[in-house]
Amino acid sequence: MRDVAIIGVGMNKWGELWESSLRDIFTEAALLAIEDAGVDHIDSMYIGCMSSGLFVGQEHLSSLLTDYLGMGPIPATRVESACSSGGLALRTGLIEVASGMNDIVLVGGVEKMTDVSVHGATFALSTAADQEYEVYHGVTFPGLYALMARAHMHKYGTTRKQLAQVAVKNHYHGSMNPLAQYPQKITAEEVIESVMVADPLRILDCSPITDGAAAVILAPLDLAKKISKKPVVKIIGSGHATDTIALHSRKDLTEIKSTERAAKIAYEMASKSPDEIHLAEVHDCFTIAEICVIEALGFAEKGKGGPATEHGMTTLGGKIPVNTSGGLKSKGHPVGATGVAQAIEITKQLRGEAGERQVKNAKVGLTQNMGGSGGSSLVHIMEVV
Amino acid sequence: MSSPRYWRGIPQRYRLEAGKCRKCGKIYFPPRLICDECKSREFEKVNLPKEGKILTYTIIRVAPSQCTDQAPYAMGIVELSAGSTGKDGVKILSQIADCDFDKLEIGMPVRIEFRKIYQEGEAGIICYGYKCVPV
Repeated sequence: MRDVAIIGVGMNKWGELWESSLRDIFTEAALLAIEDAGVDHIDSMYIGCMSSGLFVGQEHLSSLLTDYLGMGPIPATRVESACSSGGLALRTGLIEVASGMNDIVLVGGVEKMTDVSVHGATFALSTAADQEYEVYHGVTFPGLYALMARAHMHKYGTTRKQLAQVAVKNHYHGSMNPLAQYPQKITAEEVIESVMVADPLRILDCSPITDGAAAVILAPLDLAKKISKKPVVKIIGSGHATDTIALHSRKDLTEIKSTERAAKIAYEMASKSPDEIHLAEVHDCFTIAEICVIEALGFAEKGKGGPATEHGMTTLGGKIPVNTSGGLKSKGHPVGATGVAQAIEITKQLRGEAGERQVKNAKVGLTQNMGGSGGSSLVHIMEVV
Repeated sequence: MSSPRYWRGIPQRYRLEAGKCRKCGKIYFPPRLICDECKSREFEKVNLPKEGKILTYTIIRVAPSQCTDQAPYAMGIVELSAGSTGKDGVKILSQIADCDFDKLEIGMPVRIEFRKIYQEGEAGIICYGYKCVPV
């Protein structure tokens, strides 16, 4: 296998982009990435997208998006793994470049979520859960994560305030990201007093509904060193794993086993341990998710994710800053784009381009992206060379 | 939901039919074609026990469109009693009906009842299934 690097990144401001269509937002991000990489062509393209069929009634994105990017007839592949579609697109593009099949590969992610009503979006997102044994009975995604939150609080004594602290921290980080959908700072009191969605989770525990796209350009490391004018970020580890689709089928409702497994594979491939990671972008679709994930990644012991967050371990300036971009919570969560945007934040940080939210001396970063209630996970580790 | 899709779920939703692996004894709900523990493909049909306990719960305040008329409602993951099998009980997700939200707690005993789940579409087709109620 060849070594692979990220040589270009592209992303526009996320939000409720009523004046733009799916093809517009994807093309904008892709063009920014191509420009950032300084390449004059791409050989192939991967698109992470969870549900353009349900959100905008459009499938066949491979044709549509190469057409509007002016890159036809290159091959293009859409990949889907619910909210980890972007992470999976990154891994699939990585495998193509590593294999030698193609050199310059664009990996993009996109979701246009605000063309449907809130009920329409709730339904589309719910298709990531078991339709016949979870959704049929009336559960929603906030409901599934609320079940995990209650179990975590019961087993480990995780507190309501510790959950809130995840949101407070990520909005603080997001306040320094000009591309974030909700860059407002919030307080723990505001989180704890916000509208209840599914006890114990409130609206400010939940990531928002977002329109957005993100794109990166991959190239073999040797070529990247020759053509790139910016610090080259090498992908040194990639892990991918699955778990049961239904939350209730799992042995321990407080653990995200797919992330644990994907992380183990990625750490081994990268020859790194959790304490050698300088920063991470993780899948905080709900506040409880970030707590479970930092435990699964080995940043905090099992059951200690809440106190670690409360004591600032994951805040900018802490031992391992998590979600310096604002995370899904503040930056937004256009589901198919999220995994790619995580790689963009790590690339910017490792290049030293993160501005106000720059992590000092960041050399090694990690991304963790998951689908559903943890039915699939991807973990990538990057290092600046 | 199309009629065939509804009909083929009836054995589980109305009669709680599960599959028990003939080789290792693990019980699956819904039944499966291959055991994920021992990879055996031989199963016998068994009915789930009707009693269990709450492992975790939530109150759904913002409901999906087909359930908005019921909100707020409680939902929980319930572990059904394993009897003398020596194995963990089968876990299901269902609504916890006829309960006082403030009195819900982890470990609370519940039993399964046959209930209306929701009413669908303009024709008002009624979808049935199981819900749990406090014992």
